[in-house]
Amino acid sequence: MGISTLKYLLIFVVSVLLQVLIFNNVLILRVIAPFVYILFIVLLPFDTPRSLLLFLSLALGITIDMFTNTPGVHASASLLIGFLRPGILELITSRETLESVTTPRVNNMGFHWFVTYVTFLVIVHHLFLFFIEAFTFQGFLITLLRVVLSSVLSIALILLSQFLIFRN
Amino acid sequence: MKNLFKLIYRYHVVFLFVLLETLSISMVVTYNNYQRATFFDSGNFLSGTLFEKFSAFSQVFEFKQVNLKMAEENAILRTAFQEMLLKSNRSTYRSADSIYLPRIAKDSSQKVVYRFTTARVINNSVNQQHNFITLNKGWRDGIKPDMGVIANGQVVGLVTNVSENFSTVISLLNSKWKISAKIKRNDYFGSLSWDGKDYRRVQLNEMPYHVPVQNGDTVVTTGYSSSFPEGLTIGTISDFSIGTGSNFYKIEVMLAADFKNLVIVGLVENKQLNEIKQLESLNKYGN
Repeated sequence: MGISTLKYLLIFVVSVLLQVLIFNNVLILRVIAPFVYILFIVLLPFDTPRSLLLFLSLALGITIDMFTNTPGVHASASLLIGFLRPGILELITSRETLESVTTPRVNNMGFHWFVTYVTFLVIVHHLFLFFIEAFTFQGFLITLLRVVLSSVLSIALILLSQFLIFRN
Repeated sequence: MKNLFKLIYRYHVVFLFVLLETLSISMVVTYNNYQRATFFDSGNFLSGTLFEKFSAFSQVFEFKQVNLKMAEENAILRTAFQEMLLKSNRSTYRSADSIYLPRIAKDSSQKVVYRFTTARVINNSVNQQHNFITLNKGWRDGIKPDMGVIANGQVVGLVTNVSENFSTVISLLNSKWKISAKIKRNDYFGSLSWDGKDYRRVQLNEMPYHVPVQNGDTVVTTGYSSSFPEGLTIGTISDFSIGTGSNFYKIEVMLAADFKNLVIVGLVENKQLNEIKQLESLNKYGN
């Protein structure tokens, strides 16, 4: 319990630092801005209690908001995927797997499953984030373009992180 | 009653989510002007210190370029200063036989109204709809809210919040900030804001059709906003068209300042800002 709490605290801090120090400065082709901090929510164990998941997502979002001067924007987007994660998991995973495996990782769930899972979370998150950030449906197509392209990069980065750091 | 508790227990996660999400979204909605609570401010102790340490490390490679740019700017300023000296000498000569000039010269136009200082950018973004910049100086160093922020004499933003050692600046690339701007060639003015689409372009609005507009026209500050002196470069007109169903042009302005590469910025303080604000507030009836 102690060790694993510490481990997830570390993942939380690393996710936040990566986002605010590095990826907040990334803008490619004037529209692509990756948001990889949700890596923390992605990696939480399957059996995380739903209400705890909500509070952790809120804490993550608020921390990012604090660094970007955007009260509520990242908090609401993170909360949404924290809320939807259990549903998404049930949708794409069989009950036996959820009971026998403890953590969503590439090496114990398979590449195909992991890509599907991350894609779901990232797209929901980015869709909500970019629209609440713009706070308008004016220029709907450009915002949609930003969502799609940024999602592709975020997904790629989250997958890459799995092969770089969490190999074992 | 028992059933109600059962229902609440059964759906407690949903209720919790709705509650927290409502709170978060109401934070987004109520955050309409940029005078924010200090907690959500990258100038607070935690994020300020973190950004300062990290930027000191990551900007090492950029300083050589910054030095070159500053040397260049110095040279330009020195030339301008020489020219001004020459001109002022001439005008005092002429004023000897003129009735009007000496009076103007002794007027407030001769007073030093703007004070300049510099700061280092420790955090900056261009990839959001509401971009802010964090600087490594705060009220201890004499930074005040509403000071103008410039880079190489080009408009960058406006100081909004100041803590002891840091300050945050609302960037021109923030769709919640507007500044009045004019076309240098003919002095027609409009309001300049960002539509959030391209970090290199801002939009000049409220420019009526009869105004002669050309691609390549320089857009400068008007001085109406009091935070900036008149005539600071903002950018050049890169495109304009007649908006459908409106009486105004749609004008795209290519920004002069490179927002992706800000390291050292200048800050401008208008010493008469309080006086101007006080006077202007008399015109607001009711509040």
